[in-house]
Amino acid sequence: MRAELQRLTNRAAEEGLLDVAYTTTDSPFGTLLLATTPRGLVRLGLPNQDAEELLEDLATQVSPRVLEAPAQLDKARRELDLYFESRLTSFDLPLDWQLTAGFRARVQRAIARIPYGQTRNYTEMAKQAGNARAVRAAGTACGSNPLPIVVPCHRVLRTGGALGGYGGGLPMKRALLQMEGSLDR
Amino acid sequence: MTALPPFQTLIDEHAADVMGVLRGAVGRGDAEDCFQETFLAALRAYPRLGDARNLRGWLLTIAHRKAIDHHRANGRRPLPVAEVREVAVNDPEPPDGIWSVVGALPPKQRAAVALRYACDLPHAEVAAALGCSPEAARRSLHEGMKRLRKELA
Repeated sequence: MRAELQRLTNRAAEEGLLDVAYTTTDSPFGTLLLATTPRGLVRLGLPNQDAEELLEDLATQVSPRVLEAPAQLDKARRELDLYFESRLTSFDLPLDWQLTAGFRARVQRAIARIPYGQTRNYTEMAKQAGNARAVRAAGTACGSNPLPIVVPCHRVLRTGGALGGYGGGLPMKRALLQMEGSLDR
Repeated sequence: MTALPPFQTLIDEHAADVMGVLRGAVGRGDAEDCFQETFLAALRAYPRLGDARNLRGWLLTIAHRKAIDHHRANGRRPLPVAEVREVAVNDPEPPDGIWSVVGALPPKQRAAVALRYACDLPHAEVAAALGCSPEAARRSLHEGMKRLRKELA
């Protein structure tokens, strides 16, 4: 049956019927879920997030044509592997921002530009997104980032240096910052 | 309206059944092509499907239509199904040559028999897959079985 399903996925991609392709990949923190549309990476699920729920959300919010198709995510998987080996400091992946909009989207695009090894605080992100007083909303935007790691919301801290929050849990945020050299071990 | 689940769920849960029905209906050699056609057609239509309640019945309906298309395209030549031995592991071996006899049934009876016995569908789902009333499905099944018994007696 495996060969038949492989052929089906290939033909679906050829005929433009593969609206959302997904796969899972290992990381030092556990299994990540990666999902892409023809436009680019649309969702990254962290190990503590329920993959089944994420896929159901994609079916509702993007398209129900959601298929497991690892080949479509080879490049993303390779770049993440290199990132976790500290051999890649900036991702070169097309991103599909359709799961986010408005102020949140502006914050998240600003987060995407924070360089490796640096950090910002929520106030700075609010300002960059065009509303310096919307600090709390900037925090919410970090928390609702559909593409964590690739859009590095772990690089956003509280003013004064406290870690703040992280969807993947604070130990993961701390470990990512240590790996990038912006937090002492 | 129930939300449509990710299409992969349909594959994970029903691909084996669809393949089973198609092997019964068109024979092992052609089942693979019909399988591709079935799932591609389903994938094409899926976002516009209004009702997510009987996805299995919906898939089997498409499979049934693809099997009929296949028979039409082949001018109803005799089915090469006699060689099929790949039933589910625990199934008792059916009598020799039964599939060629099933294959010789009229299309509706053949489909009803395959759906009910190759795939273990309850009568209501056989009806849904055939797009007819449960009574009509029961009748097709009954006629088909009567004929099989006679042929195999």
